[in-house]
Parts: sequence; C-alpha cells; structure tokens
Amino acid sequence: MREGADSEFPIVVADLCNAFGEHVIHEDLSMKVRRGEILGVVGGSGSGKSVLMRSIIGLQQPRAGSIKVFGQEMTHGLPHGDIDVRSRWGVLFQGGALFSTLTVAENVEVPLRKFYPEIGDELRREIARYKVMLSGLPAEAADKFPSELSGGMKKRAGLARALALDPELLFLDEPTAGLDPIGAAAFDTLTGELQDTLGLTVFLITHDLDTLHEICDRVAVIADKRVIAVGTIPELLTIDHPWIQEYFNGPRGRAAEAASHRAKAMDKPQGRGA
Amino acid sequence: MREWADFTAEEDAEGALHLAFTGPLEVSSVGPLDDRLRGLAAPVASIDLSAVPEIDTVGAWIVWRLARDHGATIKGADARARRLIDALRPMRDDGAEAPVPQPLGRKALEEVGAQVDRFAKGGVGILEFYGALLVSFWTILRGRSPLRVIALVRQLELTGVSALPIIGLMSFLVGIVIAQQGAVQLEDLGFGELTVNLTGRISLRELGILMTAIMFAGRSGSSFAAQIGTMKLTEEIDAMRTIGVSPMEALVVPRVLASVLMMPLLGFYSAVIAIIGGAFISTITLDIPFMAFLLRVRDVVPMHDVWVGLVKGPFFGFIVAMAGCYQGMQVKGNSEEVGLRTTIAVVQAIFAVIVLDAFFAVFFTEVGWG
Repeated sequence: MREGADSEFPIVVADLCNAFGEHVIHEDLSMKVRRGEILGVVGGSGSGKSVLMRSIIGLQQPRAGSIKVFGQEMTHGLPHGDIDVRSRWGVLFQGGALFSTLTVAENVEVPLRKFYPEIGDELRREIARYKVMLSGLPAEAADKFPSELSGGMKKRAGLARALALDPELLFLDEPTAGLDPIGAAAFDTLTGELQDTLGLTVFLITHDLDTLHEICDRVAVIADKRVIAVGTIPELLTIDHPWIQEYFNGPRGRAAEAASHRAKAMDKPQGRGA
Repeated sequence: MREWADFTAEEDAEGALHLAFTGPLEVSSVGPLDDRLRGLAAPVASIDLSAVPEIDTVGAWIVWRLARDHGATIKGADARARRLIDALRPMRDDGAEAPVPQPLGRKALEEVGAQVDRFAKGGVGILEFYGALLVSFWTILRGRSPLRVIALVRQLELTGVSALPIIGLMSFLVGIVIAQQGAVQLEDLGFGELTVNLTGRISLRELGILMTAIMFAGRSGSSFAAQIGTMKLTEEIDAMRTIGVSPMEALVVPRVLASVLMMPLLGFYSAVIAIIGGAFISTITLDIPFMAFLLRVRDVVPMHDVWVGLVKGPFFGFIVAMAGCYQGMQVKGNSEEVGLRTTIAVVQAIFAVIVLDAFFAVFFTEVGWG
C-alpha cells in the first residue's frame, strides 16, 4: 500500500492564495476531495478553475496556503522521492497536450519509461496499446501522430497517456469542451466506467452541465475567489447564491437536469446525444 | 521501499505448470517479472492470484495475456482483479504490430527519390510563392487593396531600428579586426597607411552589407519563418483567408518591403561603423589620428564603392525575407516543423546571399566599378 493511499482525502487545499501581479485569483480557498469520487469543479470563465488545478499539480506556485496531495505538501516544489507523487496522478490538459513529434503509443510510453525503466520494451508496447484501446481509440490510432487525429481522438489519446501509470488520481481539464454531443456523452460514459473499474478519484473541471449531472458525485463551485459550496446538485440548488442559481436554474441548467431525469427514468446509462 | 511481484511454478503429472503469484501485481512491481513469464517453456494450466494483495491494469494485462496464450484458468481472483480482467475481455489484440522494415538498399533508393521529388516540388513552390507575391504587389500598386502602413512601420522598427545596436557592435568589432590585421600585414611590406584604403573600401563594398545580411537572416529571417509558421499551426492564416484578408498582403508584403527598405540602410550604417572601428584602433596602434583616418577615407574610397554596397542591399533583403516567409508558409503538422523550417530559412538565405554576392563582385568589376 502506497503512502496516503487509504486516506479519506487525497487532495486537501487549505487557505490557498494565488495572484498574478495585482490580479488576485484565489483568496483563502479551501477544499477537500474525497477518495473514489468524481468531483466536478465549476465556475465562470476566469474564476481560476485551471489555476487551481495547476496549483494542485505543482505547476503554479501559490502566494500562500497549503496543498496536500496524498499527504505530501505540494507548495514547496515537487518532492524528489524514489517513485514520487507524480507517478500517482494522471493529467489530461485541455487540448490534450500530446507530444506532437511522438505517435500516440509513444506518448503513452513516455511516463512508463520515466518512472519504470525496468519494464521491458515488449511489455511497455503492450501496455501502451492496451491503454490506447482502454480510452476508446481504435487500435490503428496507436501508430498515428497527434496531428492526424481529430479533436475528440486527441482527448482520448491524452486520457490514455494520463492513465499510463494506473494513477489513483485523475485530473481532467474540460474534457468535453469542443466535442460534439455524442462524443461528449461517450467521453462522460468512458470517464464514469474507468472511475468505476479502476477505482479512480477524479478532479474534473468542466463547463458542461450534462457532465455534472451524469457522472459527478459532488460539485465544487468557485466564485468570489474561493470555493463557495461543495455538494451534490440538489444540495447546491438549496443555496441562495446568485451565481449558483443562475448557473443551475438557467435555461441550459434546466435542460440538462431534465435530460438527466429522463435518462434515469428510462434507466439508460447516458442521457444525451440520444 | 518497493515490493516486487514474484511467482512460483509447480509442474503436475502432465507437465503443465500451475503458477501462483505473490506480492503486488502493479505497474511499479512487474517489470522484472515479464521476461521470466515470457520464457516459460511448459504450458500453463492455472494461475493462482490468491496471494496477490494489489492488482492494477498492468497486472491484469499480464495475467490475462498469460491466460489467453496458454489457455489457462484464473483462480483466487478477488473482486477488483476480476473486474479488471473482465474489462480486458472485449480487447482484441488484432496484431496491429509495427510495419515490417524494408531492406536497406531499397529504403536508400526510396529516400533519394523522395528527396529529388521534394527538391523539385520546392523549386515549383518558390516560383509559385514569388508569383503570388508579385500579384499582391501589383494589386496594392493599382490601389485595389491598401498597403498596410501600420504593419509596415512595425516591421521597419523590428527589423531595422531594433537591429541597430547589435549590427553596430558587430560592425565596430569587424572594423577593428580588418584595420588591425591589415596593418600588421601591410606594415611588413612598408605600406602601413594603406590600411585606411583596405578598411574603407572593403567595408563599403563588401563586408558591411554582407555581414548585415547574415545578421539579418539570423535575426529577422528566422523570426519571419517562426512567426508565420506558428500562425499557420494555430490556423490564424486560415482564419485570415476566410475573412477575406490575404495573408500575402497582410503578412508577407510588409515583411518583404520592410526588409528591402531596411537592408541598404543597415548595410551603409554597418559600413560606417566599421570604418569608425578601424579609425579607433588606428588611433591606438598605428599612430594615425582618428580624424585623419576619416578624412583619408574620403580621399581614397571612390564614390562607386558606396553605390556597390547600396545596390546589393535591396536584393539581399528580398532574398532573406522571401526565404523566411516562404518557409514559414510551408509549415504544417507539428511544432517540430516550425523549428525545422526556421533553420532551413536561415541556411537558405545566407547561402543565397553569398552566392549572389559573388556574382555581384564579378559583375561590378566587369562594368568598371572595380
């Protein structure tokens, strides 16, 4: 058992402050992510969702506050352990962020080479192909270059790379942005299934109300430079905050909720695109 | 502390193996195990997972592959192991293996053919680009579309004004080297004062403009290629076309025009600074006073040397800008291409400039401007 793997909260953020020059992004932001949940993070454009994710994975040095991932403090730079905390998370960036000079399979092999050099070439290739197919890509996509893939396929390829090391924690930055409704629904289903099969904890930034209704266990709302509420969608609806009310009770929020109800009534796994 | 996975194999009466895994079967622990499993000679009848505390997708893959290859049964799998192995069931390993490598001779021939093809296409491409540029100039000259003055001024600043410090410094040092080295050689022959002729004439005729063109290719030609290449990758060029803005007119014309206008000015500036550098070192080491050096330059350098330098400027500027913009426009695919095209742009530009300079040197001597 790895260190901190059984702790109830793999991510604990306390009193986080982030600012770019004079422009304050986060002020005393605190939140916890429970083990095994899919936590949706929502907020208006520019409210600092991506900055929060970048802070948690150590790409953004915060002004103040503490961020603990698996009990390790992240704000003092990344630890240099034997198998460090980076091998225990996978990150899917917004555009996929695939290495453009490597094929999809080689992209997946990069983290394996970095962290587990003792794995033989043959097994590493097998793992890469398996992960590519696990993320719902056809087998022949493994030998293609990122520039030959569509937007949706790039995201799946990015997901395959994020899953390369069997992470316990998965960060998804707007995974369904820019996908067509069918592709987005399929990606949601895939995320849900993977979370179920692999027992992942998922930190999911999204604008997509359907995603929130379909697969998120809890939703964290970022507004006014902090996390103003965390809870299930029905719980959030009881909170009298103008942004939350507008977000979930706006025309799009209602449509997504109705679709989700319909889907549950018909006992279908996915509720849109149908 | 890392815990490695291990297994024990028991052979039954029929010679089949019964494997029992111990330790975690995870991506971090199975590395050394895989080769041993591949090396198993006897068929595997059963796989026991009851002593495996942890399993992940990689462990499940290894177990599943073993079971598939040997037709073995899996025993003692806990709920998580079963779920992971079941998830593999729909996987088809349809052998999308790496393509068979071709024999070396044939591959070499293919490479040569492809290279020739690329070369020919490149030549046609440059002609096309040149034609499109001429058409754009013509459209602007006839007033069908406006000259982008702001873009032009911006390019004049970037390629010209901001280059002044570095070109000045370089020219000053080159001037020092020519005057100093020239003086050493000429003094041996007793013609020490001819170093003024040497410095003045070579700076104005050749070195000023040539060094400037090389610096210009490294500074501005590369940035043209990288800028336009990146815009191509981010689909900015496509966006321009759909709005009805010609990338030729908006991007290439201002850059080419700015280079053509700036190169003679920079070349002349470079030559003047080189002469000042020469005068500076002469004051110190040759006992020729600074002002005397400059006045003597006026006497010994014929006016046509200045013209030789100035005439070459626009041609060099055109070549450098064309190479940069053309290579930038050729970028497609990935970010590696941007770097590659930028390098090609600089190398081509410098090469073409030097070839053209050789032609000019012969030409001007033939027409009596020697």
